[in-house]
Amino acid sequence: MTVSVNGAERECAEGVTFGELLAELGIEARAVAVARNDEVVRRAELGRERICPGDRIEIIKAVAGG
Amino acid sequence: MADVLKIGTYELRSRLIVGTGKYPSMDVMQACHDASGADMITVAIRRINIDDPTGKTMLDFIDRARYTILPNTAGCYTAKDAILTAKLARELLETDLIKLEVIGDQQTLYPDTRGTLEAAEALVADGFTVLPYIGDDPIACRQLEEIGCAAVMPLAAPIGSGLGVCNPYSIRIIKERAGVPVIVDAGVGTASDAALAMELGVDALLMNTGIAAATDPVRMAIAMKHATLAGREAYLAGRMEKRLYANASSPMRDLIGTPK
Repeated sequence: MTVSVNGAERECAEGVTFGELLAELGIEARAVAVARNDEVVRRAELGRERICPGDRIEIIKAVAGG
Repeated sequence: MADVLKIGTYELRSRLIVGTGKYPSMDVMQACHDASGADMITVAIRRINIDDPTGKTMLDFIDRARYTILPNTAGCYTAKDAILTAKLARELLETDLIKLEVIGDQQTLYPDTRGTLEAAEALVADGFTVLPYIGDDPIACRQLEEIGCAAVMPLAAPIGSGLGVCNPYSIRIIKERAGVPVIVDAGVGTASDAALAMELGVDALLMNTGIAAATDPVRMAIAMKHATLAGREAYLAGRMEKRLYANASSPMRDLIGTPK
């Protein structure tokens, strides 16, 4: 299925959870926060919530700033 | 009684809040944070690079046992983006603090007042401790306070401009009328700017470029620490009156000579 991750389209297996996606991308869950269609996916839910076709996913981290 | 700064439920000993941006290296950044005496440090929130997701993040360079992190919504040009960014920051950092920025345009980085008010209202309703970056506009500051923001953060001058306090009179009016802490945020360029801002009576300063872009950032962090303290103490001490004419400091009696 097609989803967008940080503004770029990507192919994703059906039924994958956010936790699985992060692992697949080599991202440590504790270093990021995730939103799906402008709603935050709670850390505790990452392993349970499944990604749906067409989801707009944002994965963010803390960076330098004033 | 200690001169402690209270913002919402948070208490800070230092009245200087420092950013994490634009330092020549992480080592210099950490040394500046230490030298500044700051208790609160800001970070920004950005998309992770999917193609290169590994490696350290900013959180690896900030000791959270020592510093309170204040995430910002820098780079947000709409209330909607700022609200989502704030919620993501809360999830990431497990904090209800947010430095709210809704920017009007890239060249001035001036706040979009309407967007800021809209986002502030939504975030206060969602339980955030909102510290809004805003223009030196007493009406906007009053409106943000009425909405329930924990502080107001009027700019001294544009972000990264180093111009110092452009309108001290506006800042004074804002402080006089505010029932929440007033934190001058943006535009402080050197120590005298910091001292002057604190002498106006404001409660704290937030700065980044003033330290990070100095030729010797660690030395400037020390300077800013002292300047913030000096300005605060001078304000609390109550300055002398300005006079047009002289008023001698040494006695005018028992003179050897004769005054003219």
